[in-house]
Amino acid sequence: MKKNEYMNPYLAGFFLGLLLLVTIFITGRGLGASGAFKSGVIATVNSILPSHVADTRYYTEFFEEHKENPLKSWLVFEVIGVVIGAFASGLISNRLGFKLERSPSVTSRIRIISAIFGGLLFGFGSQLGRGCTSGAALSGMAVMSTGGIITMIAIFGGAYAFAYFFRKLWI
Amino acid sequence: MDIKKGILLWLPLVPDIIGNELNLIVALFIGIAFGFILEQAGFSTSKKLVGLFYGYDFTVLRVFFTAGITAMIGVIAFGHFGILDLNLIYVNPTFIWSAVIGGIIMGLGFVIGGFCPGTSVCAAAIGKIDAMIFIAGSFLGVFLFAEGYPLFEEFYKSGFWGYPHMFETLGMSQAAFAVLLTVAAVVTFIATSLIEKE
Repeated sequence: MKKNEYMNPYLAGFFLGLLLLVTIFITGRGLGASGAFKSGVIATVNSILPSHVADTRYYTEFFEEHKENPLKSWLVFEVIGVVIGAFASGLISNRLGFKLERSPSVTSRIRIISAIFGGLLFGFGSQLGRGCTSGAALSGMAVMSTGGIITMIAIFGGAYAFAYFFRKLWI
Repeated sequence: MDIKKGILLWLPLVPDIIGNELNLIVALFIGIAFGFILEQAGFSTSKKLVGLFYGYDFTVLRVFFTAGITAMIGVIAFGHFGILDLNLIYVNPTFIWSAVIGGIIMGLGFVIGGFCPGTSVCAAAIGKIDAMIFIAGSFLGVFLFAEGYPLFEEFYKSGFWGYPHMFETLGMSQAAFAVLLTVAAVVTFIATSLIEKE
């Protein structure tokens, strides 16, 4: 493969679909990402303020299902793998390097604020929606879950609906 | 494993065949493949990801729907040939209101932040600072949800429909739904390639 070039999207999608199928075949459930963020947040809060975790309902509900260290979870290990795999891909295709990517029409300051605020909304929404683009939308589509497919439509529909108002961030 | 109608139904392999420790190693390797594919597809740049919502780059749509259709057809085929017991695989629950509102909030976060959680990790891994900031914001968002949970709990747990499949909700057969979704995806692929040419 030539450097800096991306894979054909249909081929990449086919490989991603096969990986998802293999994941379901081996583990009985699909891929995810926001679940690892949740584990990360819970582990952080638990190490700083364990007493607060013990009397906050969202955390106690989590620990009812996860007896062990929140970081010793399938999704946390999967996301560590994502970091390794993406880094390897970036290395092979010569795309490594620190960069604050932004549209030339916005300042770095605006890009930083939009990244924090967008992340905040996505993080919050992923908890409310019980999963993100990976765990709810993509994996939900693979198993034809009604909830997963509705979340998928809401994510993409919502993004399209709001895109006009934030066009100056990108174009 | 259990034997039904003379066909060996194995899977899923976890936890009966693969133990918990090995399962985490499996998770790591699946994650490596996941990250590698996402990065090769170009999901490590916010410009490419949001391009879908402004009509200048349809990569996300092509990768996402090809992956979803491939996996769905694979799941149906594996079930049909008795390789995978579809009753044992995880089907996301349907809480209708939190699915809709949570999804819309995520969509808003997508066009403002330029990433979703998986792609932000992928982009951060190759050095994108905006992705690292997005991840920090996501942690904050999860934290705010956790802390405000008593306020949202009733809404979060409302509208529970159980664990239905979309074809059941729509009142059609699994095969008809799969064909319909595949045709819809192909039509979308053709339509977007025509838009791109203009």
